[in-house]
Amino acid sequence: MEPREILIAFNTIVVREIRRFMRIWVQTLIPPVITMALYFVIFGALIGSRIGEMGGYDYMQFVVPGLIMMSVITNSYANVVSSFFSTKFQRNIEELLVSPVPDMVILLGVVIGGVVRGLMVGALVTVLSLFFTELNVANWFVMIAIVFLTALLFSLAGFINAIYAQSFDDISIIPTFVLTPLTYLGGVFYSISLLPEFWQNVSMLNPVLYMVNTFRYGVLGVSDINIVTAFVMIMVFIVIAFAYSLSLLKSGKGLRN
Amino acid sequence: MPALSIRQLKKTYDNGFEALKGVDLDVEEGDFFALLGPNGAGKSTLISSLCSLAVKSAGQVKIFGIDIDESFSKAKKQIGVVPQEFNFSQFEKVLDIVVTQAGFYGIPRPLALERAEKYLRKLGLWEKRNERSRLLSGGMKRRLMIARALVHEPKLLILDEPTAGVDIELRRSMWDFLEEINAAGTTIILTTHYLEEAESLCRNIAIIDHGELVQNTSIKDLLAQLNQETFVLDLTRPLDKTPDLGKYRVVACEGANLEIEVMKGDSLNDVFAELEKQQIEVTSMRNKVNRLEELFMRLLNEHDEQAVEGAA
Repeated sequence: MEPREILIAFNTIVVREIRRFMRIWVQTLIPPVITMALYFVIFGALIGSRIGEMGGYDYMQFVVPGLIMMSVITNSYANVVSSFFSTKFQRNIEELLVSPVPDMVILLGVVIGGVVRGLMVGALVTVLSLFFTELNVANWFVMIAIVFLTALLFSLAGFINAIYAQSFDDISIIPTFVLTPLTYLGGVFYSISLLPEFWQNVSMLNPVLYMVNTFRYGVLGVSDINIVTAFVMIMVFIVIAFAYSLSLLKSGKGLRN
Repeated sequence: MPALSIRQLKKTYDNGFEALKGVDLDVEEGDFFALLGPNGAGKSTLISSLCSLAVKSAGQVKIFGIDIDESFSKAKKQIGVVPQEFNFSQFEKVLDIVVTQAGFYGIPRPLALERAEKYLRKLGLWEKRNERSRLLSGGMKRRLMIARALVHEPKLLILDEPTAGVDIELRRSMWDFLEEINAAGTTIILTTHYLEEAESLCRNIAIIDHGELVQNTSIKDLLAQLNQETFVLDLTRPLDKTPDLGKYRVVACEGANLEIEVMKGDSLNDVFAELEKQQIEVTSMRNKVNRLEELFMRLLNEHDEQAVEGAA
């Protein structure tokens, strides 16, 4: 395909992905906003007022960046895993497979669709959080870069899950048994400095910790971990996940006979 | 240059099943070609191998001279595929499905909209363009898949049982449409279980069985191989016993129906003379099965017998 044709094909895939989650916005955009509103009320306003300060900030300010990241992670992942698995299930993935679109463009288009949903939900939750607390962004570049990279990484993870999934049950196993524990133990609700040293070291193996803390650094200017290390780790994860996703797509696993 | 050239195409699935055992096939540009075979013969696997839905195990495939191993992307632009099963999103609108498919081929949106309108109108779906596809009837869904396959205006259109489950009136209108686009220059390969469909539409034919090509010739030459036909005669009154019609073998005699075999070259006048002599009056007469169907069954039986002999 010519570069111009590739651009049209990429744009078509992204628009299709966005059209899908916008068509069912009541299922895709509203629930995370309601869930986060409950988190803000219960953990931030009600319980948070009794907790006092954490990391030098009141608890509501501390928890908001983590909750925004949590919504970005879960929604970018959920978008790609459910969208791509549905195209497999309904067999309309064949529309793409018979077309001349290169595998790389298919992957990028589907993944960017997930990134857009992650960022849209993140933006909605951020606006919602302003009703509960003030957000004085410490570093715009770090904040935007990390939220984009996080959405990208979890969109790729959702893609890999969708390739391996053979039933709708399979697309909920990873979010339930892997993603949720990693997110809850990834420093969303607490600073890992509260943990004993052993558990602090264990927490350092959790990639979500790096994303949440880097985002918190971007917003509040405080973090439990080194920001440069966090960026390097996330980039490495993205490169590995991208290469693996592309190799799965090229091999036709679960897609071609 | 042939529209499609296949050499020694083999496909073995992961479970060891050999779906294609070295198929050689040529389809000339502009042809209307029938690919026939019983269920599980390898027709869909062959089509899937041409458009990358299945990865071939061995062999060479060229589409308008483009080797799919060298430039699959370029080759895919030449093909439009109408699969056997509905494979579009059930939640998208008819127009979106067609325009999106055009986008996958790098067609700019204004041109995609223009072509979508052209093909949806031709296929009688324009009024339904804003309907969700799941709300369409079975026949409309089939026509939607044809519109989608044509939106990038391929030179080779492959249809895998496009009229399965479609009522007679709609089937006829689809035949007219396919004849029209074939006349305009599109090469068409059709798989079907309706042999009268192949006989009335196609010029050339290949019969595949157990992953091997059993026959590859023109419909005309194939029908010339038919050396006997079975006719069903409706009589004015039932017969008490099976009549002896001499050299014309009576296959069945039930009530006021008589089935007889007539060899190629025999005069039907002689048949009627014999019936007249025995005072058997005929009110109507028809072929027992489609002529192509008779040949198709004979070729498959011969192929099965050869396979058994080979195994022995």
